[in-house]
Amino acid sequence: MSQSADTLTSRQRSDLGASDPLRAFKDKLAQYSITMGGLMVLMTLLMIFGYLLYVVEPVFRNASIEIQQQQKLEANTNVVATGSDELNEIAYYYTDKGQLRFYPLVETSPAKSVVELPLVASQSISSIASSGSDVAFGLNDGGLMVSQPSFMMSFTDKGREITPQVRYPLGEESLTIDAQGQPLTQLAFQRDEEQVSAVALTQDHRLLLSTLVAEENFMTEEIEWVSETNQLHGIPTSISKLQITPDQRLLFVLSSNQLYIYDIVAGAFDAPRQVVEINEPGAKVTDISLMSGGSSILVGNSNGVITQWFETKSDRGRRLTKIRNFTVEGSVEKIQAEPFRKTFAVLNDKGDLRLFHSTSEADLLDEPLVNKATALQFSPRNNALIFTTKDSIDFYNLENEHPEVTWSALWQEVWYEGYPEADYVWQSTSASDDFEPKLSLVPISFGTIKAALYAMLFAVPIAIAGAIYTAYFMPPNLRKVVKPTVETMEALPTVILGFLAGLWLAPIVEEYLPFVFMIIFVIPATIVLFAFIHHKLPKKWRNILNEEYSTLMLIPIILLASMACYGLSPMIEEALMGGDARMFISNELGIDFDQRNALIVGIAMGFAVIPTIFSITEDAIFSVPQHLSNGSLALGATRWQTLVGVVLLTASPGIFSAVMMGLGRAVGETMIVLMATGNTPIMDWNIFEGMRTLSANIAVEMPESEVGSTHYRVLFLAAFVLFIFTFFFNTVAEVVRQRLRDRYGSL
Amino acid sequence: MTIGTNVMNSWRKSGSPMIWLTSGAVSISLIAVIGLLILIAWRGLVYFWPSTIYQFDVVNPQGQVETVIGEVYEIDSIPAQRLRENGHNIPSEVTEVESKLVKTGNREFVELDFRWLLGPTITKQQALPNLAVFERNKNGNFYGFINSVTVDGKKKTGEMATLVATLDDALARVETLQEQADELQSSEINSINYKLEKIRLKQRRYEIDNELTPERLADLDAQRKTLNDKYLVHEAKLFKFRNEMTRDFVTVKDMRGELVDINLSYLLSFNLPNQMGVITKFGHWLVNIGSFVMDDPREANTEGGVFPAIFGTIFMVMLMAVIVTPFGVVAAIYLHEYAKKNVFTKFIRIAVINLAGVPSVVYGVFGLGFFVYILGGSIDELFYPESSPSPVFGSPGVMWSALTLAILTLPVVIVSTEEGLSRIPISLRQGSLALGATKAETLWKVIIPMASPAIMTGLILAVARAAGEVAPLMLVGVVKMAPTLPVDGNFPFFHLDRKFMHLGFHIYDVGFQSPNVEAARPLVFASSFLLVTVIVGLNMAAIRIRNLLREKYRSLEH
Repeated sequence: MSQSADTLTSRQRSDLGASDPLRAFKDKLAQYSITMGGLMVLMTLLMIFGYLLYVVEPVFRNASIEIQQQQKLEANTNVVATGSDELNEIAYYYTDKGQLRFYPLVETSPAKSVVELPLVASQSISSIASSGSDVAFGLNDGGLMVSQPSFMMSFTDKGREITPQVRYPLGEESLTIDAQGQPLTQLAFQRDEEQVSAVALTQDHRLLLSTLVAEENFMTEEIEWVSETNQLHGIPTSISKLQITPDQRLLFVLSSNQLYIYDIVAGAFDAPRQVVEINEPGAKVTDISLMSGGSSILVGNSNGVITQWFETKSDRGRRLTKIRNFTVEGSVEKIQAEPFRKTFAVLNDKGDLRLFHSTSEADLLDEPLVNKATALQFSPRNNALIFTTKDSIDFYNLENEHPEVTWSALWQEVWYEGYPEADYVWQSTSASDDFEPKLSLVPISFGTIKAALYAMLFAVPIAIAGAIYTAYFMPPNLRKVVKPTVETMEALPTVILGFLAGLWLAPIVEEYLPFVFMIIFVIPATIVLFAFIHHKLPKKWRNILNEEYSTLMLIPIILLASMACYGLSPMIEEALMGGDARMFISNELGIDFDQRNALIVGIAMGFAVIPTIFSITEDAIFSVPQHLSNGSLALGATRWQTLVGVVLLTASPGIFSAVMMGLGRAVGETMIVLMATGNTPIMDWNIFEGMRTLSANIAVEMPESEVGSTHYRVLFLAAFVLFIFTFFFNTVAEVVRQRLRDRYGSL
Repeated sequence: MTIGTNVMNSWRKSGSPMIWLTSGAVSISLIAVIGLLILIAWRGLVYFWPSTIYQFDVVNPQGQVETVIGEVYEIDSIPAQRLRENGHNIPSEVTEVESKLVKTGNREFVELDFRWLLGPTITKQQALPNLAVFERNKNGNFYGFINSVTVDGKKKTGEMATLVATLDDALARVETLQEQADELQSSEINSINYKLEKIRLKQRRYEIDNELTPERLADLDAQRKTLNDKYLVHEAKLFKFRNEMTRDFVTVKDMRGELVDINLSYLLSFNLPNQMGVITKFGHWLVNIGSFVMDDPREANTEGGVFPAIFGTIFMVMLMAVIVTPFGVVAAIYLHEYAKKNVFTKFIRIAVINLAGVPSVVYGVFGLGFFVYILGGSIDELFYPESSPSPVFGSPGVMWSALTLAILTLPVVIVSTEEGLSRIPISLRQGSLALGATKAETLWKVIIPMASPAIMTGLILAVARAAGEVAPLMLVGVVKMAPTLPVDGNFPFFHLDRKFMHLGFHIYDVGFQSPNVEAARPLVFASSFLLVTVIVGLNMAAIRIRNLLREKYRSLEH
């Protein structure tokens, strides 16, 4: 049609151009703007696709570093700790002489300054430990001094100003750990609001645990620290490193290749709870480091292998278990974990920096450093690294936004801290601070497929059977009413279907469970029985009850059968299930039962999908050319044989495309699953349990997620996955349908 | 016997049972659709019917007789066995016990305003004619007997009829005052607040641009002062109205036998449903429906009307229609009149199908990221730097919702318009072209006017689709309670940056997020009924127009 119109116009157009340039111009203008309008549809789709990708893409980026500043050190300066402020404007380092030196990283920062720790003349530093921004010093007289660099921010006319300061959370005087006054040669330290724990090794090889508990003085309302010191026994002869977990529960003592674990919170000071060989075969342990949260311990080996260990529950109680390996070239020199996430940095003996993320097993960075470093520190916001080298402190900017997401972390089993085994888990938020988001898309994709399949199970037989009858057997006057009625269903807002499913259907199904399973068998049986009775009726009766109107006749029959099942349901429940189907299923059969479950979703969403499948299937069957079935009937086939052998065969691509369209709709449906299930991300085919789908997950979590965060981007990825799912189904359906249309054109 | 089997077999072989089964599938679909519509309509409409109030005498577990007054909400039968297990004393011959869910109201005096009463514990149930239900704007309904009415400090007792008449008058007075107060609040005071905010923003704008001269500041301060003075006058007036309203009260004897004063300023209406005939009830039913549609919600949306939700839905959908129509029509014209039959056109067609098939929540995600954060964020940066850090267009709002839904419904308009275009006989185009019209002129003067019913159909279908869509709106602009409507008397009258309420979201929110689901459920059914009526109505209209159109062109073709 449009083809012929086109040729006409082009012929006309040539004449017009000469006679009236304005009209010709208008014509051209219309043509171009309408073409633009048509292109816009394609562009919109591409833009959605592109934008989703654009948001998702940074998640898969690797980390990168770039040197920002090098601070030369004076000769004979031994740097023992480094750090910076939150905005990376001022950095600092401690020397072994008890000096804290601040220096600017950007031009606007205040100039260099030096703070001397308030040590008495006879005191000197013999050991050091840092935790968070605290730096603790073990002194040569058995004392402990804790300092904390802090930064005051003030706003003036000239803008923001940052002033560095030092605070002494436990007071400016040193606390005595060893009453015997021996120098402390090794130190571990942890502090929170209520309690401080320090573990120190004295020169005469005693391991002392000092616990300070904060108590508020009633009179002055000042906090006072009440201390208690205990000696730990059963310690190894040589100690290379001490570590306390941030919750001050466990103490790790490293002695060459052995790790001694003390349960200090339980007061078990006499012997270690467990001694573990933690080295890799044939290698020596070079460094250990606690991961953020303190549940995992990272062990570096001389052969370049880093192992991650955490406690898992076993029959013998909680045991430290090796979880996974990472490998670097050469020997591991130093391991440093990020303060809040599960990223960690490794220095090897060749002077390379490696960055890994433990849970996602992401290999984030492998880059040689400008100067070989001996120690490193993350900045408070994890966006910079500070390296201590022989004669300088090197400040590197670090770009590492989303280390926790990798392809394998999204789609494969991951062994999370505190879990007994590797598993697929979606748990994006929690109340606690040191919570690690678990972002596996598997459980929610599974939920999506589960919901869609149960819906299809319900919808496909009814929709296709209904479409067959409506298109092939139904008298035209009835069809004119029936088809729009069923299609009205498509217009019903899904929020209403979801509401009815969740608040009306779910309690009924729970109460009358046998009823639901009975009607599956009873209704078809009743229909066949009625058909047979109808067949045996005397001719006169059969003419009155015309078979053409079987649909209408069956409505009361089906209603009666359902009502009978409904009435019988409590009796069957009493007889077979002990009066309570729900209890029977969960106790006797051992199947978990939720009120809002896959059965409800299947029915409700099946409902939403029926009109889609029905409508397209009906069109496909109805448009099978009449002469095909006439031919078959003329050859003596019955109507049913013609239908199965000729009509359905010809229409099968159309039916396939209808099912695809229905599947696409079921996969993307949001409100019904949101309202008709409990939205728990479990992986179980159990029809009596719920699920969480990609779409419901987006609707629930998107409004709360922080823009640009990993969670936000992963939700966009979920949307992208959904987009791809439905794109696939719809495109297949459309291509099949277009082919079909071409074929019928030739018939 | 053998003959019987043969008959059976031949009957089976004829495929007749299968045909009957397929026919049954259609019946099931029809039962489902019609049943669903009837269910929603019934439960939705019954909500407004004034129900009888009963006084029950109930024996409580301590053996004392207690009076319970309320409406019967639901009747359920419970297996006697389960009750016996829970320690109820039920005679052994009874297998099922009837149980009544009674709404007792009086929320401030009882723990729960819904209560299950077991049949055997009810010793007496009477619908006393003088039982009254009071609808209040706080704490829900109150049930009891009118004891006295205190008007202007004078206590009036006596005949029920005179009491009712007195109360009616007093209530009418309070209503008038309330209307005046509302009027003052919504027009004058709101507008002053709005202007004050505008002045603050203006000043901030000057500060940002470094243009805040002392003269300007003085001018702004003067304006502010005038407004503040005006405000004080209005406020005094408002307080006077409010004070006046609290003058009268009604004293009610409740089911505990105690006298409770209900101040008329809290009272919305009162009824004696047990004295009403069917016609009076019908009148009340209509009034209730009217106030449901026209009133604002109360008590965290679980009571009162849904007017802001209806308004929000309609406004958003109209905005969407304005956006989607030109684009959809242009795209359809391109596809049908201009596009050549090539791979590229095939791509566009696949794009249309996919736009129709992409899950709505994906549009929501796209709208939130692209429209709200990127587009809205840029608009804020360029045009509204003064209101930072609080966003104007950079947060979800009605405009972004309309835009998002416009993309969502674009394929609906395209498909429908294209169908309309394909029904216009080619001879009409040829005729126009033969008379010397350009293609654009043919389109504009001949094709589009003829296709307008098809465009209309597409638009109606798009509106119906958009009105029922909730998932994307949850991300791009809908809220459970919007303080202001997106349209009001303050310049520029349409506030496209505002968040809005939506009927579909209202259903989700009240049905699933409200603390008292039992109390809210009937209201959700009523809202559902409203939404279904609108959407099914729109769809019917669209189908009707399409059918008329088909008839028209069928006659043209011959």
